Amino acid sequence: MSEAASAKQVLFEPIFKNNPIALQILGICSALAVTTSMSVTLVMCLSVIAVTACSNLAVSLVRAQIPNSIRIIVQMTIIASLVIVVDQLLKAFAYEISKQLSVFVGLIITNCIVMGRAEGFAMQNGPWLSFLDGIGNGLGYSVMLILVAFFRELLGAGSLFGYALMPVVNEGGWYVPNGLLLLPPSAFFIIGLAIWALRAWKPEQVEAPEYKMSRHTTKEAF
Amino acid sequence: MSKPKETVSRTLMVALALCIACSVVVSTAAVMLRPAQVVNQTLDIKSNILAAAGMLEPGASANQIEETFQQFDVRLVDLDTGEYVDPASVGVEDPMKYDMYKAASDPAMSTRIPPTEDPAGIKRRPNVARVFILNSGDQLERVVLPISGYGLWSTLYGFVSLEGDVNTIEGLGFYDHGETPGLGGEVDNPRWKQQWVGKEVYGDDLTEPGIRLVKGGVDANAADKEHKVDALSGATITSRGVEQLVNYWLGDRGFATYLKKLRQGEV
Repeated sequence: MSEAASAKQVLFEPIFKNNPIALQILGICSALAVTTSMSVTLVMCLSVIAVTACSNLAVSLVRAQIPNSIRIIVQMTIIASLVIVVDQLLKAFAYEISKQLSVFVGLIITNCIVMGRAEGFAMQNGPWLSFLDGIGNGLGYSVMLILVAFFRELLGAGSLFGYALMPVVNEGGWYVPNGLLLLPPSAFFIIGLAIWALRAWKPEQVEAPEYKMSRHTTKEAF
Repeated sequence: MSKPKETVSRTLMVALALCIACSVVVSTAAVMLRPAQVVNQTLDIKSNILAAAGMLEPGASANQIEETFQQFDVRLVDLDTGEYVDPASVGVEDPMKYDMYKAASDPAMSTRIPPTEDPAGIKRRPNVARVFILNSGDQLERVVLPISGYGLWSTLYGFVSLEGDVNTIEGLGFYDHGETPGLGGEVDNPRWKQQWVGKEVYGDDLTEPGIRLVKGGVDANAADKEHKVDALSGATITSRGVEQLVNYWLGDRGFATYLKKLRQGEV
């Protein structure tokens, strides 16, 4: 496999084929919390892409120096520093949105995707590939988040990016918004449905059942 | 990898180098971006005050907000005596730098409220609060007051703006809360906030605040409809919280003493 082909693979595979949320089921926490409106979600996605890409790059650059015994802490420190920088940048340049994201920017530190890619990919691969892998996984995360946010904002508030598409009853329109979609659990339903759809499209993602129920061997009560 | 990676001294060295590198990155970012962040924060407070006073144009630029806000006279008020106090007495030069909610957690600058007298659920009340006054000529045109209190999940922070008669509400808005989106979160709904405009806080004797949030809409023929606001559907506890916090802050333990003096032109 040539370098270019594998770089492409590393970048695009996480989007559908190996999606961090849909297949690896990572990063669900923030997928529930920040998906009530598209604009907030988009900023969160960009932040996660930036953090994953840069942390992968940084970890990959120093991977030969990192002693095995403290590698998790080292990765954590790098990720945490990057997240603080992103948080500061948002507070300086996108204050409104950073207020809405509140603690969830800080919680990117605990997003399993970032840590998972640093430990699982960047520790074994070169800086360029790791950087692409970070962007790819960030994109995979973003695709799912934007999908969730699209349905939650459209059906929960009748708008997209804050522009009212379906005027809601409270403001004199006709659309009765679905309040459930504004609450975090609704993201579970949408993610669940998305995983179902994705696996119907790509059946190879369906996991082998962990166990099969065996046949009844005795007849009881009949 | 000629040298072994796993010696204790090497591990310590790597850890130290990493910590230094990361702290340089973090502190550089924090220091460089600090001025921009402070500008954002004060602009945010100012635009919230203008929004409560109905003076915020949609899509106003930072300069427009600053300019409109210039019209306000920012003063600090001792809530017990109702008199203005010198900013220096609370340790700031500029009244805009005073944070009454931070002061509320400082025992030296606040008073504990007994639970029986704390309908707004704020536990401690700052001794000094910040008010925003707009005069036209020597006539009081409006006064904007900070309000806060507990709803269902969270403390709501906002401003209420009163007209020159220091009784009629001109606008009310919350800039920070964590109420349920779509239910209690509807405190942000412009249509709901619009209802507050023109309501009267005090009864004829101008002593006790008597705002009520009522279920099922306000009857246009009700005798005291000027004190009543339609509660939020599906958000009984948030509505009760808003009612209590408005009455608390406009009552005797809040701004009532000051407002009385303001009305009579004594301050």
